[in-house]
Amino acid sequence: MTSLSRDDVAKLAGLARIEMSDEELVALSNEFTVILDAVARVQEVASADVAATSHPLPLRNVFRPDVVIPSLSPADALSGAPAQEEQRFRVPQILGEE
Amino acid sequence: MIRNSASEMASKLANGEITSVALTQAHLDQISAVDKEVHAFLHVDTQGALAQAAAVDAKRNNGEKLSPLAGVPLALKDVMTQKGIPTTCGSKILEGWRPPYDSTVVANLKKNDIVILGKTNMDEFAMGSSTENSAYGPTHNPWDLTRIPGGSGGGSAASLAAFEAPLAIGTDTGGSIRQPAAVTGTVGVKPTYGGVSRYGLVAFSSSLDQAGPCARTVLDAALLHEAIAGHDPKDSTSINAPVPAVVAAAKSGNVKGMKIGVVKELNGDGYQKGVRNRFEESLELLAAAGAEIVEVSAPNFEYALAAYYLIAPSECSSNLARFDAMRYGLRVGDNDGASAESVMNLTREVGFGREVKRRIILGTYALSSGYYDAYYGSAQKVRTLITQDFNKAFEIADVLVSPTCPTTAFKIGEKANDPLAMYLNDIATIPVNMAGIGGMSLPSGVAEEDGLPVGFQIMSPVMKDDRMYSVGAALEAALLTKWGAPLLSTIPALAGSK
Repeated sequence: MTSLSRDDVAKLAGLARIEMSDEELVALSNEFTVILDAVARVQEVASADVAATSHPLPLRNVFRPDVVIPSLSPADALSGAPAQEEQRFRVPQILGEE
Repeated sequence: MIRNSASEMASKLANGEITSVALTQAHLDQISAVDKEVHAFLHVDTQGALAQAAAVDAKRNNGEKLSPLAGVPLALKDVMTQKGIPTTCGSKILEGWRPPYDSTVVANLKKNDIVILGKTNMDEFAMGSSTENSAYGPTHNPWDLTRIPGGSGGGSAASLAAFEAPLAIGTDTGGSIRQPAAVTGTVGVKPTYGGVSRYGLVAFSSSLDQAGPCARTVLDAALLHEAIAGHDPKDSTSINAPVPAVVAAAKSGNVKGMKIGVVKELNGDGYQKGVRNRFEESLELLAAAGAEIVEVSAPNFEYALAAYYLIAPSECSSNLARFDAMRYGLRVGDNDGASAESVMNLTREVGFGREVKRRIILGTYALSSGYYDAYYGSAQKVRTLITQDFNKAFEIADVLVSPTCPTTAFKIGEKANDPLAMYLNDIATIPVNMAGIGGMSLPSGVAEEDGLPVGFQIMSPVMKDDRMYSVGAALEAALLTKWGAPLLSTIPALAGSK
């Protein structure tokens, strides 16, 4: 049986960029014990000689002619922005202070 | 007027008996009358729909050549972008967002002059089987308002059963078109993967997601299928081949000499008695119509659910990373000096619901270093095995069939706190998505024990979607003869309904 501790879930939530309350972390940790048990069944038949399928279509690279086609105007592209400034997306600080 | 099929409405429009404005207004009136109870819609675009209808009427008056469904109204699942119209995906994180572009499906609907009434309710980001995971409250099944309408496309299916729309668009990642169709007594089709463009379909699991038609008859679904399908250069996974002749198949409904394979593993234990009985009756009707019924085995299908709940969460954990509070949608905690990372963390905590968080975390785990091979890698191998099972079965049979779902509609709240029990709803629909083939659900009657609709599933090989329409039309015709009237004519009347 695989289980994930509260701290394991906290680490995953950090990787997924989701803040979680202690209550949520504990609840998820309990649920994952059951869910992981159920999904681990795939290992019963996934032997080394079976190829993996990542996609239903056997596609390779798909190209189109390199021609200019109309695209969104800056105003349209910014229409949903939570904040904007000088025709650009205004975002919170990404780098630390000097 | 609103109880007609879409093709009946289309003929009345074509011969001038009704106008699209009158037809659209009648549906808007029905929405006003019953949607307080059903809650199929998240947004009704009254002005836009009436303007579109008036434009079609004008074209018709000018003698322009119009498409078969021109002027017929439709309900759009809120996972599809429509320029300037709110698109939430049932999530708080997209509340108030108005996309600056049309999805290809919407562009095709507009090109065919199909009138878009509004956006329908769904499980948040299409994750769920009951529409209870919508951040805007559940949709109620018109057959019994205390029950779920299926999910994730519960709003689209319920709008058909409540006569709020004769046509709807759904999307199906693990059964989200077919299971709602089954539990509401309507028709739902997941086309072959790549048959309908995914451009502008907000991605949940890109290798599984497929948009398709929802309707009240097989022919209506086929007409809508042809209107939205076809190659799209904007979607690199869209198949560059002619659309299968689904309308011709639905019109002929010929199954003489066809081999119909009953999937042994998708029946029996765990399937409700009334579900099994309706399935057996449907097989008898198809045999009487000239089809040959054979049994096929797909031994790896029992691993499909487990593989799905690794692949879909893995892809969703990656796809939903785009909701980062930077370019559109919700932004929380953007105070002076707050870092981008803390804004992302807080926004995603507030913006995502429980099931979405559960799947993102599960996917993050399945893809993480050290666990990748054991989980995601193994699930991909199961995907190969399932596809091989289908290939072998299609050597024996032209189409495969099963009940769409193990049970009829359950009560709202009944499974809300048991994710595994909820996931089991999709046990018979998931294999189709894993292999990228076509699947249809159509009503086969009601279960004797609860009087609720039961769905019959038909599966067809890649780009042979016409086959499921032939079989669906044959079964629908035989059932109609048996019942004397469509199943939905027996649905209990909703308060205020026309």
